[in-house]
Amino acid sequence: MLGRSANGIFWLFRNLERAENTARLVEAGFRMALTRDARDASDEWRSVIVTLGLRPLYEAKFGNEYVGTNVINFVLRDRDNPGHVLAMCELARTNARMVRAGITREVWESVNDSWLKLRELLARPVTETRLGAVIDTVRRQSTQVRGAMEGTMLRNEIYNFARIGSFIERADNTARILDVKYYVLLPSISYVGSSLDNVQWENVLRSLAGERAYRWLNAGRMDARGIAEFLILDERFPRSLAFCYGKLRSNLAHLARDYGEETTAHDILRQVDSNLQSLSIEGIFEQGLHEFIGQFITRNTRLAQQIQRDYRFTE
Amino acid sequence: MNNASSSSFDEMHEADGTVRAAYRGYCQWFEEQPADLLRRKNTEAEAFFRRTGITFNVYGNEDAEERLIPFDMVPRIITAHQWRRLSRGIEQRVRALNAFLHDLYHRQEIVRAGRLPARLLEKNPAFLPQMVGFTPPGGVYTHIVGIDLVRTGEDDFMVLEDNARTPSGVSYMLENRETMMAMFPELFTRVRVREVSDYPRRLARSLAGCLPPAAKGNQPVVAVLTPGIYNSAYFEHAFLADQMGAELVEGSDLRIENGRIAMRTTRGYTPIDVLYRRVDDEFLDPLTFNADSMLGVSGIMDVYRAGGITIANAPGTGIADDKAIYSFMPEIVEFYTGEKPILPNVPTWRCSEPDSLKYVLEHLSELVVKEVHGSGGYGMLIGPTSTKKEIAAFAAKLAARPHNYIAQPTLSLSTVPILGRGGLAPRHVDLRPFVLMSPGAIDITPGGLTRVALKKGSLVVNSSQGGGTKDSWVLDD
Repeated sequence: MLGRSANGIFWLFRNLERAENTARLVEAGFRMALTRDARDASDEWRSVIVTLGLRPLYEAKFGNEYVGTNVINFVLRDRDNPGHVLAMCELARTNARMVRAGITREVWESVNDSWLKLRELLARPVTETRLGAVIDTVRRQSTQVRGAMEGTMLRNEIYNFARIGSFIERADNTARILDVKYYVLLPSISYVGSSLDNVQWENVLRSLAGERAYRWLNAGRMDARGIAEFLILDERFPRSLAFCYGKLRSNLAHLARDYGEETTAHDILRQVDSNLQSLSIEGIFEQGLHEFIGQFITRNTRLAQQIQRDYRFTE
Repeated sequence: MNNASSSSFDEMHEADGTVRAAYRGYCQWFEEQPADLLRRKNTEAEAFFRRTGITFNVYGNEDAEERLIPFDMVPRIITAHQWRRLSRGIEQRVRALNAFLHDLYHRQEIVRAGRLPARLLEKNPAFLPQMVGFTPPGGVYTHIVGIDLVRTGEDDFMVLEDNARTPSGVSYMLENRETMMAMFPELFTRVRVREVSDYPRRLARSLAGCLPPAAKGNQPVVAVLTPGIYNSAYFEHAFLADQMGAELVEGSDLRIENGRIAMRTTRGYTPIDVLYRRVDDEFLDPLTFNADSMLGVSGIMDVYRAGGITIANAPGTGIADDKAIYSFMPEIVEFYTGEKPILPNVPTWRCSEPDSLKYVLEHLSELVVKEVHGSGGYGMLIGPTSTKKEIAAFAAKLAARPHNYIAQPTLSLSTVPILGRGGLAPRHVDLRPFVLMSPGAIDITPGGLTRVALKKGSLVVNSSQGGGTKDSWVLDD
């Protein structure tokens, strides 16, 4: 396949994944803010903005005031934020048009449909009342695209580049949420057993669509160590770092078989992957959760760049 | 002449209102359908087109959204008998075009014989000196041709234009049929219509039949070259690449390696055997033509002439689209085939000839005047629907550069009904059949693209000017 198409498909799925995760982060923030007093709510909104790396842009426009509807609209549709959710969907669609010949009609139609619907929903400012409908659409649409892909795409290199894009992005998103919230999960600092902790923890899980899965696996027992382990190391949870890397391992192995050789990207993958497989959560805490996550984000980015080089995404 | 509609040939009904043979099966079915069902289907079809992304961008309209070409659900129907005659005429014309192009770039016998004035080639930007003395692989210049036909009576079909450069619209032909079959499956069990859906396969086969001398391996590598996603016909480029299983490449994907044009793939550079380019000649090779072009590949003309790649259509075929050349097509057909043309031209005045110019200037309000190199309905005058002021302004342009124009009578194009708010209403149509040429064969897809002027009385069918399309049926015997 063309290097440019590989790049297009990679970014198509990165953008879709990012749009979905961003929407989920806003949803979790909104829920959290509902249950807090004004000051804590504003802290919560700030943390959403920080997680998305939008603090300088946001504060240039609104100063230090973190008001729910401002944050929601800034993240979802504000032109002053080039990475708003609608723009991501638009970028995804542009990429899909560019690689139109490499994806099935079903995948193209669900990407296109998703953009058409969202464009309509986000044509005017989102009120708190309408937020649910918007988030719901984003979530449903990405599910639809994934379904179309699973059901109709050949399992060839195109599929693997698509999946690699999804999982690089997803691992990055999970790690960034952890990076902003890591202190919530530190056993030494947290007020053990207080109801505040429970709410904070649940919020972290909710941002990653993991609250139900976690409860189901742990019979309702909430503790920081368990949650960190779940989000980083649990290979059963589809948004954990270990899960994403398990998938990346198999997608990259598929490419190596297909191309008859491994590349530098395979070496980087092995490093990160063996780290995730050998470390225990205790080991991670010992090393420092914050440091661990920082290092993970750096390596994950390096892996993405190396894949783009190895497979000639650009000249 | 001035009132086109009243005197037009109605393809569905005879003067006394009875339904013509071609439409009998369809009309029987139509009568049985509740009127609101068809209207509902119309909305459905539009949603379908938006979702599938069959849109085009309009030039000169900066933030215009991708627009849909309106689709009308009443098919345009041609009988098997009519089609047989049309195909013979089209095949004859395409053969002549190809022989003509070969001759123009070699001995120019037609000029020597005094049948075509040499001045039509001199200083004509569509005539490429780089092609002189070179024969494209398989001797094929026009791999894909669109012949625009208009009809004025039962058996009166005329050629309005030849599109030998890069004819577009075939994706609409295919999608219109898909849409009709999805909307009205039972209709197709009652009326037997000839299939069009294997066009991409036939195109791929036809292109693979013109391999360059340098091609190796048993799997020909075909790629579609597009200017990119902002081009008005991008949908079609992607559609055809997808349907043919070919790569859709842009100039930035390509470079020269070992005397071949190669595309950057995830595995390295792969040579291309046949490039179906949807980029105009002038943008094809920045080294040879337009130095600012980002759309082509530097040096592709050298590779081409050395036998490293097949370019479809061959560079320089645009000369055949020239409307001054068009006016000589009857002579051209006769010169190369030794036969009278089966399909006549529309009568044409060459404004470069003083007598013709005089006549045209005196009759501007009755005529259609076109630029010799123009296309897409831009830069033309339609006398009967223009104001005095517009005509005066055009007359000045015409008098200043007469050689730049030809004129034709305002034809009363035939009509086929569209489904409007108040039911069926006749609208003017044309037809663009698509023709594939390979060394061994000329392959005409039954039907083609019917374009329809949606405004009452309007004769302009171009999609860029508010025209729509219809599914075009050729009935099976």
